Amino acid sequence: MIAIVDYGAGNLTSVKRAVSYLGYDSIITDDPEKIAHSDRIIFPGVGAAGAAMEMMQKRGIDNALKESFKAKIPMLGICVGCQIIMERSEENDTVCLGLIKGEAKSFPNNMKEVGNRIVINDKNALERYLKVPHMGWNGLNTVQNHPLFNGIEQKDEFYFVHSYFPVPIDKSNIYGETQYGITFASAIGKENLFATQFHLEKSGEPGLLILKNFCTWKP
Amino acid sequence: MLSKRIIPCLDVREGRTTKGIKFENNIDIGDPVKMARFYYEAGADELVFYDITASHEKRDIMIEVVKEVARTIFIPFSVGGGIRTLEDMRAVLLAGAEKVSVNSAAVKNPEIISQGAKAFGNQCVVLGMDVKHVGEKKGIASGYEIVINGGRTYMGIDALEWAKKGQALGAGEICLNSIDADGTKDGYEMTLTRLISDNVSIPVIASGGAGKPEHISEVLTRGCADAALIASMVHYGTYTINDIKNHLEQKGIKIRRNRKFSS
Repeated sequence: MIAIVDYGAGNLTSVKRAVSYLGYDSIITDDPEKIAHSDRIIFPGVGAAGAAMEMMQKRGIDNALKESFKAKIPMLGICVGCQIIMERSEENDTVCLGLIKGEAKSFPNNMKEVGNRIVINDKNALERYLKVPHMGWNGLNTVQNHPLFNGIEQKDEFYFVHSYFPVPIDKSNIYGETQYGITFASAIGKENLFATQFHLEKSGEPGLLILKNFCTWKP
Repeated sequence: MLSKRIIPCLDVREGRTTKGIKFENNIDIGDPVKMARFYYEAGADELVFYDITASHEKRDIMIEVVKEVARTIFIPFSVGGGIRTLEDMRAVLLAGAEKVSVNSAAVKNPEIISQGAKAFGNQCVVLGMDVKHVGEKKGIASGYEIVINGGRTYMGIDALEWAKKGQALGAGEICLNSIDADGTKDGYEMTLTRLISDNVSIPVIASGGAGKPEHISEVLTRGCADAALIASMVHYGTYTINDIKNHLEQKGIKIRRNRKFSS
């Protein structure tokens, strides 16, 4: 059984629907016991890292995830789930799970000086604005092979909605990168843990493919 | 770099899709779930559903449609039309929509934007704006006025001021519909789109007037829109999403290429 962790952050049912579409059973749960005894764990999420961590600590989910990581259970973080596996997040200066060394940072923004905008010129010299949050479809440059990338092509795009992203200290934890003004890590992993900053459940067929690969992954 | 989004819009009445020309003479063109799947496979980047069901009792039909759509497609979609309360918003989001769009309810009660943003996150709240060009006049400095009831009721609110206020209240995106251009197939209202895009920092979806791919490349470049809403030009098979994206790519606009579906 796949446990989809409910820590009060985000639309869990959309992840459950995608998993079910792929033909796998899952339960949405906030029970640390059930999480610890599941075969696979997905922790999705939108919202703030601080609120997510607070909820996790209150229910003991943080320890269940740390134990599951040590116990080599396949784990998949999505969006905020990709940030809270770091040691800390800049978002409200939150202490996180620390499964991967490094922190979650926000996109650089001198937003006040230029009226909430960063103006760049693209190759057509059209005036363009980089808005934060980074929202919409963007590419994924797979910088390392990973079993979850089986079948993924360089032209595939994924759906993002976020203002923060993970910055692993050890570059070997970075599997995929995306460009939005800067280049940032959008897919990271370590041993039995993998996480994407983009929403696998909203990224069409490439997203479903990574999700499907996770459902059969034997790290 | 982000891809510009192409967003088919489906008007739904009592569980069936329609496409109105200037909000009149709606013609029934089918099952919204099947159309959603069709556009998902055809490479739409997102979908918008507008519930134009008149009777409040029949609005539960829409929730069932949303649930079925959410089981069938795996790209973001928003639902608007008849959203009046926080509970209405919650219902469509729980049913599986990624975003919820408020329009006239927000004009009458702007607090619904901030309440929605607080409860569900800014990215969930789309401010839908119906706008008419009225020329510069007292209280309407931009010359564009907010209208409701399909353009029949003038609200005395400047569209530019309303867009800024919507952003300040926490809207994550603006869906900007020109009532003047809607249904004409003569192209988007470029001046309006550029005006709003230049003055807010949230994404702007241009709506109303798309008749050919050139209109879309125009509004995504000169109009500075982040996304383009389309309806009849694809609903009636005049163009495919691919035709549009081929054209955009030729114009050097970054778009997302969909995977081919094997079956």
